[in-house]
Amino acid sequence: MSSASADHPRDGLGPDLGKVFGPSHADGGPELVQLLTPEGELREHPDFSFDGSIEDVRGFYRDLVLTRRVDTEATALQRQGELGIWAQMLGQEAAQIGSGRALLPQDMAFPTYREHGVAWCRGVDPLNLLGLFRGVDQGAWDPRDNNFGLYTIVIGAQTLHATGYAMGMQRDGVVGTGDPERDAAVIAYFGDGATSQGDVNEAFIFASVFNSPTVFFCQNNQWAISEPIERQSRIPLYQRALGFGFPGIRGDGNDVLACHAVTKAALERAREGSGPTFVEAYTYRMGAHTTTDDPTRYRLSDDLEHWKLKDPIARVEAYLKRGGHADDAFFADVQVESEGVAERLREGCRSMPDPHILDIFEQVYAEQTPELALQKQEYAAYLDSFEGAAQS
Amino acid sequence: MTQITLSRAITAGLRKAMEDDPKVLIMGEDVGKLGGVFRVTDGLQKDFGEDRVIDTPLAESGIIGTAVGLAMRGYRPVCEIQFDGFVYPAYDQIVSQVAKLHFRSMGKLPMPMVIRIPFGGGIGAVEHHSESPEAQFAHTAGLKVVACSNPVDAYWMIQQSIKADDPIVFFEPKGRYWEKADLDESATPLPLFSSRVVAEGTDATLLAYGPKVKTCLEAAIAAADEGRSLEVIDLRTLSPLDLDPVYESVRKTGRAIVVHEAVVNLGMGSEIAARITEDCFHSLEAPVLRVGGFDTPYPASRVEEEYLPDLDRVLDAVDRSLAY
Ligand SMILES: Cc1ncc(C[n+]2csc(CCOP(=O)(O)OP(=O)(O)O)c2C)c(N)n1
Repeated sequence: MSSASADHPRDGLGPDLGKVFGPSHADGGPELVQLLTPEGELREHPDFSFDGSIEDVRGFYRDLVLTRRVDTEATALQRQGELGIWAQMLGQEAAQIGSGRALLPQDMAFPTYREHGVAWCRGVDPLNLLGLFRGVDQGAWDPRDNNFGLYTIVIGAQTLHATGYAMGMQRDGVVGTGDPERDAAVIAYFGDGATSQGDVNEAFIFASVFNSPTVFFCQNNQWAISEPIERQSRIPLYQRALGFGFPGIRGDGNDVLACHAVTKAALERAREGSGPTFVEAYTYRMGAHTTTDDPTRYRLSDDLEHWKLKDPIARVEAYLKRGGHADDAFFADVQVESEGVAERLREGCRSMPDPHILDIFEQVYAEQTPELALQKQEYAAYLDSFEGAAQS
Repeated sequence: MTQITLSRAITAGLRKAMEDDPKVLIMGEDVGKLGGVFRVTDGLQKDFGEDRVIDTPLAESGIIGTAVGLAMRGYRPVCEIQFDGFVYPAYDQIVSQVAKLHFRSMGKLPMPMVIRIPFGGGIGAVEHHSESPEAQFAHTAGLKVVACSNPVDAYWMIQQSIKADDPIVFFEPKGRYWEKADLDESATPLPLFSSRVVAEGTDATLLAYGPKVKTCLEAAIAAADEGRSLEVIDLRTLSPLDLDPVYESVRKTGRAIVVHEAVVNLGMGSEIAARITEDCFHSLEAPVLRVGGFDTPYPASRVEEEYLPDLDRVLDAVDRSLAY
């Protein structure tokens, strides 16, 4: 704390930066919204509370375990050569399940490439996520089927799409009507690194001046590949929101109840027409950036050990057990179910049909061009010439 | 003589440039501690410090825009764009600022900057990691564009690019990063903006750069088995083009085929074909043919082998040319 103040001496020209702690803090800092401690104990917060039932918490537990299983299975599939690459979600399950379960069916979500838990909450078949990583397609699901956008690899681009989509909702009269079945909002997912991109800052500005129903959900997992959060910011990310003209909140990203409560409040605010909110889910990327990355080159295993103690699943399990909210049979059932999910993913991945080169010519335009149709025809003839040669 | 991979050759070239000139800086995402996602800048931050090898915030427009300011201040920034498909957030800075400052200042403001872009496909990557955007930069007046195809050229060309006073977009064939060659650091390199005949032949001329040079050399070997003699030219520089050796070759062979991974439509091949036609019209036995990517976005990796021009497609074009 004191070293941070020394770094930012007050010079009378601006806010007292000595009051903040830099962008990261061992415990997330004093303004961290936490409702469930790493030990699994409930905690009161003056502004936020979890308003769900025990049944909901059990549901979260199931989501957390099953999506972690999807994630570890996909990682294993990459190791076996079935996927070209995989972006692990490990450690970020609570941020994704908590926020994903706060969405209503009419809300829209715009993901990065790591939102496997959110996809699950939206009802996207986990198998669909594998296509991109296996190299058979580039997403290929229809975002309208589950109100879940395509995975976006270009950092930050989707935050603008989310804002524009929310502006569309405003024009369609589905914001601030007071009808809970009708009012809708958009959530944009992005990482800490993404907050440096121009697109993301422009999204903040558009959302702010048009008061669009956009929730900016930043999973601060402390790393952008090899670069620590300090390379993107000198203040806690959630504090940036104020400068753009809307509120920012930092939630414990490993606490599914806090993530749910904070996101729910932000979504409600958006749906009622009060504009955007920035939610920073303070968490940690427990795995590598992707399966091609080697984090031992740039970070200390001490950090990892520290964050292991804050595991998003262990605390829910501890809470359910301690309060007698779930018995052994419940945990055993979830375990069995997770094995089933993994097996289905394995089989489904291995039997995914390869794409056909000639199909790519049909994907480019809504209205096919004569030039491209001709290219397809010529290439088909070229491929046929080999078949002929092989047969003769 | 040392055996060195293409990526390591660039590392060695960068290191040499940094030793020779304290104004040379390296900037980019993950270039410092990690040494870049392809390890091209491996070890440089450790040896030259964080002031000279800068891990930047995650913002390409920021990288190139601040490099403009650093260049104005007398530095020679070497910016890494992590993958071809991520250059576009910086496109405005490159095209509207970097490319035009010399012109706008009536020559008072040089922009010595190198923008390194690993490009091309064939590595089984997800979208935005396999593209070939070189023509978009070659089309922009004020930028110079080069592409290396082998470790030896990579070593020299990166140093020459850093020494140049104009902004240079430096394309690295990422699919060839691991290919090896003997490097003689005491040799005299070819001038930067020159093409080179890399295989001599008499029946047709293959023109390529970056990753496709090797494909063309392999095609020449395969064609030789069938009694056909192909000349191969490594273009090396895409803007300016160095076409005199090309014209000379085409006057000899009467046939030219341009090969690149980028889409054919308005790709480098279009300009080269037009110029060959203008200069060698009376020597041509066949129209200049182009072999390249189809006019679609780069596809999912499981079909990239069929998408990318390979040896068979080059030989097919040779057949078509010879059939005229
Ligand atoms: C415009 C752009 N530049 C660079 C990259 C390469 N890249 C992929 S992920 C990444 C780091 C992203 O960090 P962050 O936003 O914190 O998200 P995280 O991956 O940690 O979830 C980078 C630099 C990219 N995908 N897009």
